[in-house]
Amino acid sequence: MNLRPDLAAIADAISENARVLDIGCGDGALLANLRHTKQVDARGMEIDGACVERCVAQGLSVVQGDANRDLADYPEKGFDYTVLSQTLQTATRPDRMLDQLLRVGRQAFVSFPNFAHWRTRSALMLGGRMPVTRAIPVSWYETPNIHHVTVKDFRELADEKNAKVEREWFFADGKPVTSGTNWRAEFAVFQLSRD
Amino acid sequence: MAGASQSLRLNDPLPLDGGGELVNACIAYETYGAPNEDRSNAILLCHALTGDQYVASEHPVTGKPGWWERMVGPGKPIDTNRYHVICANVIGSCMGSSGPASEASDGKPYAMRFPVITIRDMVRALVALLDELGIDQLHAVVGGSMGGMQALSLAANWPERAARVLVIASTSRHSAQNIAFHELGRQAVMADPRWNGGDYYQGEAPDAGLAVARMAAHITYLSEEALTEKFGRNLQDRDAKSFGFDADFQVESYLRYQGSGFTRRFDANSYLYITRAMDYFDLAEEHGGKLANAFAGTAARFCLVSFDSDWLYPTSESRHVVRALNAAGAAVSFVELSAPHGHDSFLLDVPALDRVVKGFIG
Repeated sequence: MNLRPDLAAIADAISENARVLDIGCGDGALLANLRHTKQVDARGMEIDGACVERCVAQGLSVVQGDANRDLADYPEKGFDYTVLSQTLQTATRPDRMLDQLLRVGRQAFVSFPNFAHWRTRSALMLGGRMPVTRAIPVSWYETPNIHHVTVKDFRELADEKNAKVEREWFFADGKPVTSGTNWRAEFAVFQLSRD
Repeated sequence: MAGASQSLRLNDPLPLDGGGELVNACIAYETYGAPNEDRSNAILLCHALTGDQYVASEHPVTGKPGWWERMVGPGKPIDTNRYHVICANVIGSCMGSSGPASEASDGKPYAMRFPVITIRDMVRALVALLDELGIDQLHAVVGGSMGGMQALSLAANWPERAARVLVIASTSRHSAQNIAFHELGRQAVMADPRWNGGDYYQGEAPDAGLAVARMAAHITYLSEEALTEKFGRNLQDRDAKSFGFDADFQVESYLRYQGSGFTRRFDANSYLYITRAMDYFDLAEEHGGKLANAFAGTAARFCLVSFDSDWLYPTSESRHVVRALNAAGAAVSFVELSAPHGHDSFLLDVPALDRVVKGFIG
């Protein structure tokens, strides 16, 4: 099974037998992969009941819940890694969610679509309309994305939260991007820690 | 399918939470599917308040199919080709296990001399059964409603005895509303003159009172939507209202039928004892007031399922347990399934439940 590039990067960086909490785990693709390839203790949280049902039917430990509210129930540093993939921009308060990720996990992976990608910029600058792109495929009125964020913005937030960037990955068109990332990356992945 | 009906007489007295003990306790149980060599494929099913051990075989009194035949059997989500399924009648009940209708040492029925029992007492008896059967660890313990309370109690008090714990439409404590409905039922039984302080086994049973108790309880098992969908304001076998107190409405007729059918298979005193046990249930209270303590250090995997139309044990109660399990660091799954039937959804046709049960049991 092929993982999305951001998930593949995260899966690759996670060590064997780790304890992992995937927040907004969807149909459990990352968890199933991690359990299979790295024997991790994989847990998930997902708001959509049909997705949770599919996860549980595969034998995954997934709780139906709202990350904005339910992350607070997890003990401090109960996981080696927390994962928030393409969900930060849907959070009621992304700053508070980042706090929770770093509280519950020793390290946190966060992936998100970069709003400063050149396609997004040109859609807004030249078209004068809210961008609908490969990375942000849904119209403004029905998108779950309520807090768009750029690579620069996220670095700043991580800095404000005293989080250390352990590693970072950038992708466009499914391929890695290494320079001019705030312009050229469609998606970003950060691995963070905080003592 | 045919189950194997057996019963076990406990040699040792069973200690009870209320302080006393139950001597010569009897546990009646059914098994389906064969145990494997190391007895690691056993699944214990715990039944609900008015349920019994006939989970997948014909009921000896009513002749009806087992109460969970849709879930348990060869090739079913709980597959008896792979698992050794055990379901025992809880103590306090009336289908072969010791209860108020059983004979006390003086040869007469216990009636109200039967000790008041708790959910944990019921589970203690089940653990004694597992000991007798040589089952150290269950593949899974599974229960809906009161069965879920037993599954949680087993997980909390005998954590090494079950590798998986599946709790459906249940709760870790009885709420004021839950207790209130049960008290209504008990008072209906006790208000029937035939109840006679519980001493009716020589004569006629308090069927009228027990039927009212069942009718009230049955309403709590269904959603308003299910009642409306099923009956609406439809009249029963007539074209116009009678301007009397016959069962004019279909819903009245249905409840009366449920009530009288129930009295043919259930003992009124058992109803008092088991509802009391449920009302006393508060898993946090047993563990220093903090539910997470009940599950500290557990290695079992948990799965909780609620139904969006269940107002008896609503989703918030399952979430309460899930929060405690998360705080304890336990491996837990939770899903709220959408089903129109109310609390009884766990017994009815909900294909999503089949998938979750099958996936979790493995």
